[in-house]
Amino acid sequence: MSKIMNFTGTIMKNLFSKPVTTSYPFEPRVYPERTRGHIEIAIEDCIYCGMCMRSCPANALSVDRKEGTWSIDRFMCIQCGYCVEKCPKKCLNIIPGYPEPMPEKSIEVHHKPETPADETQEPAASKPAEAKSPAEAAPASPEA
Amino acid sequence: MARKTVVPFGPQHPVLPEPIHLDLVMEDEIVIEAVPSIGFVHRGLENLVKKKDYNEMVYVAERICGICSFMHGMGYCNAVEHIMGVEVPARANYLRTIWSEMSRIHSHLLWLGLLADGFGYESLFMQSWRIREKILDMFEASTGGRVIFSVNTIGGVLKDMPDDMIREFVTILKDMKTELKKTTKIFLEDYTVKSRLSGVGVLKQDDALMLGAVGPMLRASGVDRDLRETGYAAYADLDFEVAWSRGCDSYTRCQVRIDEIFDSIDLIEQCAAKITAGDIRVPVKGNPEGEYFMRVEQPRGEAIYYIKANGTKFLDRFRVRTPTFANVPAMVETLKGAQLADVPLLILTIDPCISCTER
Repeated sequence: MSKIMNFTGTIMKNLFSKPVTTSYPFEPRVYPERTRGHIEIAIEDCIYCGMCMRSCPANALSVDRKEGTWSIDRFMCIQCGYCVEKCPKKCLNIIPGYPEPMPEKSIEVHHKPETPADETQEPAASKPAEAKSPAEAAPASPEA
Repeated sequence: MARKTVVPFGPQHPVLPEPIHLDLVMEDEIVIEAVPSIGFVHRGLENLVKKKDYNEMVYVAERICGICSFMHGMGYCNAVEHIMGVEVPARANYLRTIWSEMSRIHSHLLWLGLLADGFGYESLFMQSWRIREKILDMFEASTGGRVIFSVNTIGGVLKDMPDDMIREFVTILKDMKTELKKTTKIFLEDYTVKSRLSGVGVLKQDDALMLGAVGPMLRASGVDRDLRETGYAAYADLDFEVAWSRGCDSYTRCQVRIDEIFDSIDLIEQCAAKITAGDIRVPVKGNPEGEYFMRVEQPRGEAIYYIKANGTKFLDRFRVRTPTFANVPAMVETLKGAQLADVPLLILTIDPCISCTER
């Protein structure tokens, strides 16, 4: 008997217990704190150095220093978090919540904020420039 | 003598999660020869070393496979660390070991589920994957990813596990052990399951060695060879016995894998007891120069990473020999003389990972 009725206990337990699965779209999933869902940028802290763009293994990021834009192709991003690690200003963050599906592929562009950030950006731009290369800091100063 | 017929098997087949094609030369219901062909999902990952620097390659390397992604990343990092002479901190090594063993549990549970599905035991498949789900949740809580973890880096790991998280994991694994005992008992003792697995797909010890089988496939043929004994990561400090058996058939392969799940739980418990506080990574400067062969024991067997570096940030060569690639000749050998109905099962017993194989 023990040879053929092994599964009975599990079946009985299954019949009289709550389902293991959740009814997903109606019951939103709670993500752990560390989940790598999507990249988020605090654009006011960004110095447009382009470290994230150069480090991205999937070429999902592009940074334009002249225009003051930081853009991400959410469909290319592989959520590896290497840009977050490389960012000298720590203005990139990887947070829970996977990117939403979209009817068509688009690139998300973040623009440099117009308002008061100018003053705070001056010291921010010069600091990593010392560490990396002075040539990179040069075009930033007339902008600021 | 019956006429020979060629039955094409795959690349699309219900039992195959990934594409592999076999031409089965049949005589009545018996397979007399199997000719495999691969190359349906080749992505050219090895070639990417020319375009991605050696730090970025960690993220590419772990995308070789979705099941042993952690170990691919770790094998690559270990190889580069050896070339550069980087001493990885002890805590990072322990964390790597914990994650490796969790990968092993999750891979073997996935395989058990697929095996059950392969012989049509749907509810057993469901039970195996229900247990596996907990491991995936643990991965997500500790690394942030369920399948791709992105925690390895040259010189250590990127994320630390707080001690209470490790303790919580050990408790979860203890509970899991009791559940696992119930589920695995069905694989090992159930009459129906046994009749599908016992004596099917025999791979003799000599053949296994000659054909270069690796991992559970080799260990189930009576060779006790496990690369964890070479003591990479933190394995040198841990006590474990290699699970192996002389059965040589599909049932033994299943048994060896089940034993390995329990061994892995033991190893994680040991790690939790022995892990000490400290750094999780050391800063790495400069570029690698030289070459190295790193060998890692993955859930499916021995994986080899060869790296040749030239002193620039781009590597010269990155070569991966994955376990499934080594097991394909052994699989072809087991198929000879098998019933057509057993073919899906025999393909499953090597735990094929075609994406790994084709990189």
